[in-house]
Amino acid sequence: MGTHRFVACVLLGGVCLGASVLAQSAPKYGVGRTPTAEELRSADISIGPDGAELPPGRGTVKEGAQLFTSKGCVACHGANGTGGRAPELKSKDGPSVDTWKRGRILPVRAPFATTVWDYINRAMPLGREGTLKPDEVYSLTAYLLNLNEVIPEDLVLDAQSLPKVKMPIGDDYASLPDWKANTRRLKGYPY
Amino acid sequence: MGSKRLNRRELLKSGATLAGGFTLGAAAPALGQEQMPHASPPMIKGDTDGQIAYGDRSKHVKSVRIPHGGRPSPDAFGLIFHVATPLQDSVGVITPSSLHYWATTRGSFLPDIDPAQHSLLIHGLVDRPLTFTMQDLKRLPSVTRLHFIECAGNRSTPRAKTVQESHGMTSCAEWTGVLLSTLLKECGVKSSATWFVAEGAEEVKGASSMPVAKAMDDVIVAYGMNGEALRPQQGFPLRLLVPGFEGIFSTKYVRRIKLVDRYYMNYNDYGHLQKDAKEAALGYQWGPKSVITFPSVGQQLPGKGFYEISGLAWSGGGAIRRVEVSTDDGKHWMDAEIKMTAQRKAHTRFGCPWNWDGKETVLLSRCTDELGAVQPTRAQVAKFFNVPLGTVPGLDNTIQPWRIASDGSVQNGHA
Repeated sequence: MGTHRFVACVLLGGVCLGASVLAQSAPKYGVGRTPTAEELRSADISIGPDGAELPPGRGTVKEGAQLFTSKGCVACHGANGTGGRAPELKSKDGPSVDTWKRGRILPVRAPFATTVWDYINRAMPLGREGTLKPDEVYSLTAYLLNLNEVIPEDLVLDAQSLPKVKMPIGDDYASLPDWKANTRRLKGYPY
Repeated sequence: MGSKRLNRRELLKSGATLAGGFTLGAAAPALGQEQMPHASPPMIKGDTDGQIAYGDRSKHVKSVRIPHGGRPSPDAFGLIFHVATPLQDSVGVITPSSLHYWATTRGSFLPDIDPAQHSLLIHGLVDRPLTFTMQDLKRLPSVTRLHFIECAGNRSTPRAKTVQESHGMTSCAEWTGVLLSTLLKECGVKSSATWFVAEGAEEVKGASSMPVAKAMDDVIVAYGMNGEALRPQQGFPLRLLVPGFEGIFSTKYVRRIKLVDRYYMNYNDYGHLQKDAKEAALGYQWGPKSVITFPSVGQQLPGKGFYEISGLAWSGGGAIRRVEVSTDDGKHWMDAEIKMTAQRKAHTRFGCPWNWDGKETVLLSRCTDELGAVQPTRAQVAKFFNVPLGTVPGLDNTIQPWRIASDGSVQNGHA
């Protein structure tokens, strides 16, 4: 008798628990519209470190060098990515110098090659942002990485090869501590 | 209803008594003019719009924003970069929307967004991706809260000639919108989601990664500011308001939020990288910070005697619990009065009575937040990090000294 009652309670508890999990996941207000698959695909320009969102396409250093002129990049960044009014894109120092001493140069400081691709794709060129085609972004990324001796001249960048590029900084940067509400910023720091 | 009428009647009765038997309605306007012992001020003449449709301030009030940080705005590309709030003229805790500081992620054009065409997409590691129109968002339960925003570049330097130059990249407004947690619950966040990427609709589609824990705590998807729609410079029609975090995270023109399982290293993120773990930990969220806005550098005291020292205190850690003021360069501290109830992660006005004896001295303020964190001096920071005095790793929340010269001029104590 006692065992039966216990089993019944457990079963009932299980059902209730299942229902409450479902209830938590269900929308409360029913406001908002489900986007179409195409809307999601075209809106998602956030390229993560593993490159899962990268579109099909390919690009080379040589094509990138031509685009750097034909797309007007040189006007702001200077020939060879240096000496312009816009941020420097070529480090003065070679890979033997500590990355943190080479300045905040995107194709050098970025911890992933996908970060470079993402930046160019969303924010360049000035005044015509978002107009570059995937092949062009792959090529410009290849050109800038080669300019800073990150990749060899013959490497073709695409959705498979780009995330595999090893950036100079490696893992030599601080990971961010877990953020918790109502918690001091740095343990042991009184301020 | 009945009591309201009675009060009104009583009021009329007492008014009639004061007016000495005149018929109130007819006599009152004339009465003011006749009894004025001196000439009336001139009438403000302006366009009808300024007087009826959208009120203008007095032409005698000239407080304005200025380009910040030595970089001209507009710059060589015609882009506005950073403009700072005139804190030296501020009273209370709300920054008027027209004077709110303005920073852009790269130097940016101001997008002209039709709210009817704007929507917010939430997707990624959620059970149900959803798109919300502005109309959808205004149907949902809202919050209205005071919060400061402060640019990570808000660092005082010895060169600062006003508190606008030293501290003007922070402002405080009343924000209205839907909690991001409300929207995320509507989408159902998967347990694997630990970060989210917020993205704006402006030309560079500025994007930042933030922890989901912050989203579930107090992030607002805001459409209102100081009782009206957001200003274009503040993200019209929709922005994130990420209380207590560096300003760049409060993504303007927000159009998309993607739930992900790692720090995504998009656009703004790589600029936040630090080599040192301590410095990385002191990024993101502002510590307790305060500054005296009157008297502050560049101002002039007319002479010795009574002044109420006035200033602002705020913290990314929560509400301000205590503000202390020193009028003798830190030898003695006294508790300042906190005006109004201190709000969490909002500017808090403080005041402190002071009788200036006319001698040279230094004024300081320091605050303590609800977590017990205390605003440091630059010397304390230098000691903690073992760096030269004046170097402030992470965000600069150090105490600002103002030197009062014997002629009443106020100078920058860092200089």
